[in-house]
Amino acid sequence: MSTKVKKMLFILSKATIENAYAAFVMANGARMEGIESEIFFTFFGLEAIQKKKLEHLRVATVGNPGMHMPTMLGGLPGVEALATKMMKKEMEKLDMPPIGEFLEILSDSGCKLWACKLAVDMFHLKREDLIDELDGILTIGDFYSRADQEGCQLLFI
Amino acid sequence: MKKIIANREIDVNEEGYLVEFTQWDREVCECIAGECNVVMTERHYEVVEYLQEKHKKEEPLSIRGIKKSGVVDIKEFYNLFPGGPLKISTKIAGIPKPKSCI
Repeated sequence: MSTKVKKMLFILSKATIENAYAAFVMANGARMEGIESEIFFTFFGLEAIQKKKLEHLRVATVGNPGMHMPTMLGGLPGVEALATKMMKKEMEKLDMPPIGEFLEILSDSGCKLWACKLAVDMFHLKREDLIDELDGILTIGDFYSRADQEGCQLLFI
Repeated sequence: MKKIIANREIDVNEEGYLVEFTQWDREVCECIAGECNVVMTERHYEVVEYLQEKHKKEEPLSIRGIKKSGVVDIKEFYNLFPGGPLKISTKIAGIPKPKSCI
């Protein structure tokens, strides 16, 4: 079975656990099908590649109708942490790796990981604040130039 | 459906995966590998045997499992079976294609 998609380029702009996993599962799934994949982490998406923050991503309990929870309840202290804990437990049951291990898997699988230069500057981050597996810090223009062949798809998450 | 592999009639599904593992041997294995542009080495067989062992124990296969296997790391796994390592290696190993998304 061959596919017309040759390369998947993802832009992850959010720090919620569900968005990070969406990007990671799709990027890994691409590699598993023999499709190239790369992820560009920008704005709050950078939390997923900051050494100190990546294991503390949370699920959004406020403003997320999928949680089926009154917005006021979602904002109460501890609710977000509890929902995150429950979600992580379910993920573990499905053998989904934690964020840090997932990034290692992606990097070993040949998925390129890039940080957005503008967002890195804005949050006053240094290279050493970011994971060792990172392939570099790019401008959006540099990232577009990675779409260098036919069959490239770009996805914003 | 039936397919001629290594001059024998072998039962395969529509994607070419073996239906009956008892029909698998190294000859069949090397023919399927050839179709996938893989030239089998002893290293390939070590991985294939690991996959078959996991399948026998009915343990689901995933890329995370490969990382933890102690047999092969992810980088080498991608090098051994380029172009979709888990789906290609399981086809060569004569076991079903993993259904997991991870």
